[in-house]
Amino acid sequence: MFRGLWAVMRKEILHIRRDPATRFIFAIPLIELLLFGYAIEIDVKNISTVVFDLDRQMESRALIKEFESTRYFRVIREVYSDRDLEQAIVSGRAKAGIKIPPNYSRDLVNGQQAKVQVLIDGSDSTTALRLLQASQTLGFLKSLEREGFTQDLMAIEVRPRLLFNPNLESANFFVPGLIGILLQLVTVFLTAFSIVRERERGTLEQLLVTPISKGGLIVGKLLPYCAIGFIQTGLVLLVMVLLFRVPIHGSLSLLLLLSGVFLIPALGMGIVISTFASNQGEAMQVSVLFMLPSILLSGFIFPRESMPLVIYLLSFLIPATYYIEILRGIILRGAGWLALWDEAAVLLSFGALFIVLSVLRFKKHLG
Amino acid sequence: METVIKAEGLTKKFGELIAVEDVSLEISRGNIFGFLGPNGSGKSTVIRMLCGLLQPTAGRAELDGLDVVAEAEEVKKRLGYMSQRFSLYEDLSVQENLDFYGSIYGLRRARLAERRQSVVNLAGLEGRQAQLVQTLSGGFKQRLALACSLLHEPRILFLDEPTAGIDPVARREIWDLLFRLAREGTTLFVTTHYMDEAERCSQVGYIYQSRLMVCGRPEELKRLPELTPEGALWFEVLCDEPTQALGLLREWPEIIDATIFGEALHLLARKGTDEEGIIGFLKPAGGGRLECRRVLPSLEDVFVTLTRRHRS
Repeated sequence: MFRGLWAVMRKEILHIRRDPATRFIFAIPLIELLLFGYAIEIDVKNISTVVFDLDRQMESRALIKEFESTRYFRVIREVYSDRDLEQAIVSGRAKAGIKIPPNYSRDLVNGQQAKVQVLIDGSDSTTALRLLQASQTLGFLKSLEREGFTQDLMAIEVRPRLLFNPNLESANFFVPGLIGILLQLVTVFLTAFSIVRERERGTLEQLLVTPISKGGLIVGKLLPYCAIGFIQTGLVLLVMVLLFRVPIHGSLSLLLLLSGVFLIPALGMGIVISTFASNQGEAMQVSVLFMLPSILLSGFIFPRESMPLVIYLLSFLIPATYYIEILRGIILRGAGWLALWDEAAVLLSFGALFIVLSVLRFKKHLG
Repeated sequence: METVIKAEGLTKKFGELIAVEDVSLEISRGNIFGFLGPNGSGKSTVIRMLCGLLQPTAGRAELDGLDVVAEAEEVKKRLGYMSQRFSLYEDLSVQENLDFYGSIYGLRRARLAERRQSVVNLAGLEGRQAQLVQTLSGGFKQRLALACSLLHEPRILFLDEPTAGIDPVARREIWDLLFRLAREGTTLFVTTHYMDEAERCSQVGYIYQSRLMVCGRPEELKRLPELTPEGALWFEVLCDEPTQALGLLREWPEIIDATIFGEALHLLARKGTDEEGIIGFLKPAGGGRLECRRVLPSLEDVFVTLTRRHRS
């Protein structure tokens, strides 16, 4: 019944021992576990915040310090107008904005109620909820320190206001991100096999004796998949609007244009994998290796600002990170070109880098 | 004659393994060069280096006077290559494959149509243009591969075992085609395991254990002095029981070497042994037909003898 079992096992062990990929067999799960273990463990904290301080007194600066000491807010810069305050949030560079009115310290010293406004980006419902609670708790605690005030009349009234997604519906937040992740995964797989498949079938050898140019070969393989990726984008957006009822607040044409921009690095990454891998199995493994970081580190599930520094920096290397910013910016916050041009520029640079890398990496001879 | 393919001290190492060592050769225009050698002796590696597919570890090669490493892309426009393994797209039709390769070589629409028609006729692929390659037989796949490699009218054509695994009729047809190309001025470099194919080449080379053992015209090789010891002669014996005769001859001290060659026996006999001597030796063993005549060694004799000498 099990005739040959031992022989097959021995042979397989030999294969495994001789397969260069075996060197990484144990390292891969360890690395990923460490990476994501940290990312998942962390809570919502260090959320990028801008401050519009009209008071500019000791008391107002102390309040900003208090906000920071909750560890939920991290002030990235000061703004000097309501427009800048809102723009920082629309563009996605900040998820919260604290506005302190000009008479804050005077009111406080005179024993009158001082008011502070906190603007919160509601598109990420989990983070928004925590910021909402944190800012209200802060106001409550600060009021307790002052005498003569009751729960009904607090010394410092922190008024949070949710921008976008006022009902904190999580679908609105997750679906655009999910689209980014899905497109990243699907497109990488489209091209990851493209060159390695030809290598395996022997057709590459015939191609290499022709005067074909490396750029011609690589871009020629890329473009048809760009078209496919573009159609996929259109389809998922359609499903998002019709099925999940997530409206697109911004410009649809900008969204499609920037989706096209994203496809270049996404497909380019596949080609890079294809030039490195010696067979389809290897290409598959490497693609999967890129899959999990894209899901967990791109800000799709966890806010990137809350991640430990090293992992936060790593998240900048993932094209999906920028695309998710673009998707959420346009779909949820109605962000325009001015708010998103730098994401687009990074994506284009990634695309160029991947194409150059694959052209350099691809040799027009064997061995 | 104008030298078209030239190699000097061509060497390829894969790590510790020496795949090709110090191969030098010169082939002039319009020749069919037959490249022979056992599996793994380095035939394909030499071809791949000449085509610019592999970079030599040492030595250099020129095609049409162009260095195959420094001017690889220019060289590629002048050569056609048909690899050992079928390497066209199985999921494309005959015409789609031809169109793809034609456009890579920069053939524009009208020229492409003209060249495509020409190679389709040449390779006998009429009526099959719309067929998917995966449904073609082995012989037709080889014809298509050949047709693809001829689209851009290469001056030099490399064929790595073009007739391996196809039936004798298809084999004959492919060789007819090769002769026609050679007559028209194409230089051909063909590897093969078939001795009858080697006999038809205008020049042959024999590679054994990574080294080129001999290279030249078949008649020249058959007269190589190191092949035949001083005064020894080659004979062909025709008899009814060649296997039995072979056993007897191998025991006879006068015979240096004996092999079965088709229906006949090929003998290398020591100085002083002649036709009568051999007939006289074999006669008592049995009746029937018994003929003996002097011959030149076959190419197979040449290669076998050289291989044995190299081993000892």
